[in-house]
Amino acid sequence: MTVSATNMPVAELSRRAYNIRRHALKMGQVQGQGYVGQALGVADVLAVSYFRALTYRPGEPEWEGRDRFLLSIGHYAIALYAALIEAGVIPLEELETYGSDDSRLPMSGMASYTPGMEISGGSLGQGLGIAVGMGLGLKRKGTGQFVYNLMSDGELGEGSTWEAAASAAHWKLDNLITIVDFNNQQADGPSTQVLGMGDIAAKFAAFGWHAQFVDGNDMEALVEAFDKARELDDPRPRVIVADTLMGRGVPFLEEREKTHFIRVDEDEWDKAIEVLDAGYAAAAA
Amino acid sequence: MSVEAPAKPRLKTSAMIASIAAEGQRTVAAPFGHALSKLAETKQNIVGMSADLAKYTDLHIFQQNHPDRFYQMGMAEQLLMMSGAGMAREGFQPWLTTYAVFAARRAYDFLCLAIAEEGLDVKVCCALPGLTTGYGPSHQATEDLAIFRGMPDLTIVDPCDAIDIEQAVPQISDHKGAVYMRLLRGKVPAVLDEYDYKFELGKAKMLRDGADVLFISSGLMTMRTLEAADRLRADKVEAAVLHCPTIKPLDEKTIIKAVAAKPGRLVVVAENHSVIGGLGEAVAACLLGSGTVPSGFRQIGLPDKFLDAGALPTLHDRYGISTDQVVARTLSWLG
Repeated sequence: MTVSATNMPVAELSRRAYNIRRHALKMGQVQGQGYVGQALGVADVLAVSYFRALTYRPGEPEWEGRDRFLLSIGHYAIALYAALIEAGVIPLEELETYGSDDSRLPMSGMASYTPGMEISGGSLGQGLGIAVGMGLGLKRKGTGQFVYNLMSDGELGEGSTWEAAASAAHWKLDNLITIVDFNNQQADGPSTQVLGMGDIAAKFAAFGWHAQFVDGNDMEALVEAFDKARELDDPRPRVIVADTLMGRGVPFLEEREKTHFIRVDEDEWDKAIEVLDAGYAAAAA
Repeated sequence: MSVEAPAKPRLKTSAMIASIAAEGQRTVAAPFGHALSKLAETKQNIVGMSADLAKYTDLHIFQQNHPDRFYQMGMAEQLLMMSGAGMAREGFQPWLTTYAVFAARRAYDFLCLAIAEEGLDVKVCCALPGLTTGYGPSHQATEDLAIFRGMPDLTIVDPCDAIDIEQAVPQISDHKGAVYMRLLRGKVPAVLDEYDYKFELGKAKMLRDGADVLFISSGLMTMRTLEAADRLRADKVEAAVLHCPTIKPLDEKTIIKAVAAKPGRLVVVAENHSVIGGLGEAVAACLLGSGTVPSGFRQIGLPDKFLDAGALPTLHDRYGISTDQVVARTLSWLG
């Protein structure tokens, strides 16, 4: 079965995002830790990616006709696993193995371990350059697939990102869409304080990209941005800067003192899932 | 009036920026560029990519012959590795070129994680290996083998001459996986066709035998050890030359066999690389690990220091890798 860009209504996308958050929290609970804050923040982006934008076959993750989705930020593996579980690429039962010995779901995303994981990210600043090569390769093959690359605002500090940004524009890679998860958190503090990048969208635009800045937790805005990025009749590569909130969907985590790695106490995992469930039920009602 | 000895002519760096050919030596122009162009006629998935050094890595020959398959990635070595990885992921076989210093020092992480760890079929061919330019440490990759030998799943090739390069290119292409090749470019000497020699990836080859000394060498130093072996006959020294163009995986079996065959021979490992971390140390570890003890073991290689700028013949002599130096040092070790 091929899943392709559909007109999935926003309410259904929100349900998918809720499920992705739930899978991520469940995995976090298995290890007692993980990049759960980021997963909660980026769940809406992943829901739109996997249920609105991408064409793929859940049972055939290496199908040649698929759109490619690269997770440059290998640390966010828990978020992508949650999306791949929701998309039917990874069976739900495997969630229990997250980060355990011999699991296909290691704590940092690696291509050789996990179906649907296109690259080994985690050495930051590599995804966008690999996406450039894949974009060039797809054009050589004359096929119409897109390469999506999910990266973080912290990766903008890596110079290699800007080598790739310049090259993508130079080669007119209109089949490349990168999403910058702008959650303003990196290892040593807020990204804007660690290495201020100013107006990220304007920087990409100055490099020759079609740039959009959206609320990354507003489903309607995301749908519009992804649709536009795909349908644009323009030779520029596309960037969507998604302004997301770490911990989104679990208010007590949203409000927690922001750190790169949100601390969740053992007794709080069940509570986090309860709060998420209640929040979703209230919003859906 | 005192008579002064005539001063040694002061060579100019620019006269021989990066040519290793001796005066009168037979050469072949751009063997890598021609070999890759020829191979690309039969292998449609080959693409060439360079980081603003196509003209200086002989990839411009490929570019001229296959313009639609050439990608200029700009002065961006990290991007060169990343985009090569992306191309390989889409089923192409990218041949990436830059200088060895930039690949090794600047783009290591990208070659390591985007390419080698992923087992991707990418060939990285880098000019100016070791001491093959007089431009000083900014351009001299005297430690590239030390850097790259530590990278798992990377095959490393250090060819001697134009013949070696021509034969290595198709075999490197047939080998699935990441390969780093040290590239001699421009007018490259041709010497190995005078020997019964065929390049075989992963194999060391005995080019000539001799009872007193066993040279084990790679890259351009095999030219020097062959010349040295000829000249040592005048001193009644018989020297064998084992050419070892694949640095990793090392052909340990052939090396051990050659040393064990005549344990009384002095073993001299010669390489165009720092004595730290290159072929010399690899051979030493291999021999020690197998309990094969030669009567003597010496290294000819570049010293563990940042080297001078200057003309290559001067520098090769200064740092002990000229033929004269190979002969003189070998004789001194033999006593």
